Amino acid sequence: MINLKADVAVIGGGPAGLAAAISARKNGAKNVIILDRNSWLGGILSQCIHDGFGVEETGKSMTGTEYREMYITEAKKHNISFMKETMVLHINKNRELIAINKKGLHKINAKSIVLAMGCREKTRWNVMIPGDRPSGIFTAGVAQAFINLYNIMVGKNIVILGSGDVGLIMARRLKFEGANVQGVVEILPYASGLPRNVVQCLDDYDIPLFLNHTVTYIKGKERLESVKISQVDEKMNVIPGTEKEIKCDTLLLSLGLIPENELSKEVGIEIDILTGGPIVNQFFETSVPGIFACGNCLQVYDTVDNLTIGAKNAGKHAAKNTIYKQNKISNVYAGKGIRYVIPQRITKPGRVFFSLRVEKPQEASMMRVNADSEEIFKKKLLWVNPANMVEFSFDVSSDIVNSGKKLEITLDD
Amino acid sequence: MTDDKVITCIVCPIGCKIKVKTDGKNFGICDGQKCKRGIEYARSEALDPRRMLTSSILVKNGEWPLVSVKSSKPVPKNKIFDVLKEIKKSSIKAPVNLGQIVIRNVSGTKIDIITTKSIKKL
Repeated sequence: MINLKADVAVIGGGPAGLAAAISARKNGAKNVIILDRNSWLGGILSQCIHDGFGVEETGKSMTGTEYREMYITEAKKHNISFMKETMVLHINKNRELIAINKKGLHKINAKSIVLAMGCREKTRWNVMIPGDRPSGIFTAGVAQAFINLYNIMVGKNIVILGSGDVGLIMARRLKFEGANVQGVVEILPYASGLPRNVVQCLDDYDIPLFLNHTVTYIKGKERLESVKISQVDEKMNVIPGTEKEIKCDTLLLSLGLIPENELSKEVGIEIDILTGGPIVNQFFETSVPGIFACGNCLQVYDTVDNLTIGAKNAGKHAAKNTIYKQNKISNVYAGKGIRYVIPQRITKPGRVFFSLRVEKPQEASMMRVNADSEEIFKKKLLWVNPANMVEFSFDVSSDIVNSGKKLEITLDD
Repeated sequence: MTDDKVITCIVCPIGCKIKVKTDGKNFGICDGQKCKRGIEYARSEALDPRRMLTSSILVKNGEWPLVSVKSSKPVPKNKIFDVLKEIKKSSIKAPVNLGQIVIRNVSGTKIDIITTKSIKKL
């Protein structure tokens, strides 16, 4: 066993891990280690060759790959230690990490841990599509890796299920590579990806978007031969008689992302069933003191810009090695019209930055925050969409935290 | 100017729906944009639609078989598939640095194709 020490150990070297590590160094942590199971840093950014990253953060639009190199250069400048091809096996409440790589087992004693494990894609088995089990079914991100990293084309006649951003981006990418993209099938009455991606990935190339539709059967002996799609009603039940068969050799699944939290669960960190990620306070600290969470393992962000802003905060608080008292807690709840909110806990009075997602697209509406039943904050939102995270901040008084008042955030109809 | 058109802005993730009046030559803005970049985008979308183009190019002797590339400026929409054809025909030798020009004046557009990744030699 190789023994190491760190001020801050960051699990995951994607954009969140890099941003948290850089911020930890800038805020006084001397010895910062990033551990990643891949042979490269930057996580998913390596395969994100499309444009549109960094607009909110830097004012100019970059590709994911350019954004990645910007962060890696910055991380190197700050003398952060990288342990690549290293898998973290366990963490415990004393902030010890057990990790393995080609050199053997490592035990790392960290003053703080930052969780930045990211997320993974939902598969066919998360939505239980009936039918055969042929080849030719890929998650959108895996297809993206095949095409953009390994130069392997996935198919010729494509159907995409789910209109998440990766699926939309892949529709255009496949079109560029000469495939026939027959359409994107979405069970909801609206696209789940960002509006700009619907425009520039589907509309631009006349790729149809079948809203209120889903794949109801997969057919194929060796390779995929066809899928059946059906219309659904407002309760998402299949409408009999609407079924039609589309011949295709490839089905891409863009069904959404699941925060990856096996390590968090093992150490006993409380998980929010709404986000799939750890419950955190306003300092990004989880329910286990000294362990912080950021990036897509905390909540699935819509843009990397928002993600790194959050991750930098997590890194800053991790660097301080402050064990925040969590005995006085004001819990934050997602009320009517709100899908989830972060942070879920406020443990100290002061300015708190919130991010949330709404339940459904809506025109102008009023967002309200109640402490017990008294309204303490409201904000008019001009236009909301579940694909776009809503961010806001306000001062939380010591009275609210000390008397443990319940904060509930709601959206008017 | 008779035609009313709703343009979804793609400059940032918000995706403002901008109402414009245009006949393809003249342009007048109605409303809906949250920033100045929205006006610029709506004007260009109505009069001369363009898109940033990203793809990848074959790498010889590299750690990875491909390097990602982008257009130095947005490409006219009707030229996108011409540009892609030229990209498909090209290749580059490793090592590759980010920001290298691979194709100059691609398809006569006065736009260059540049790398967006560094690739080490094998």
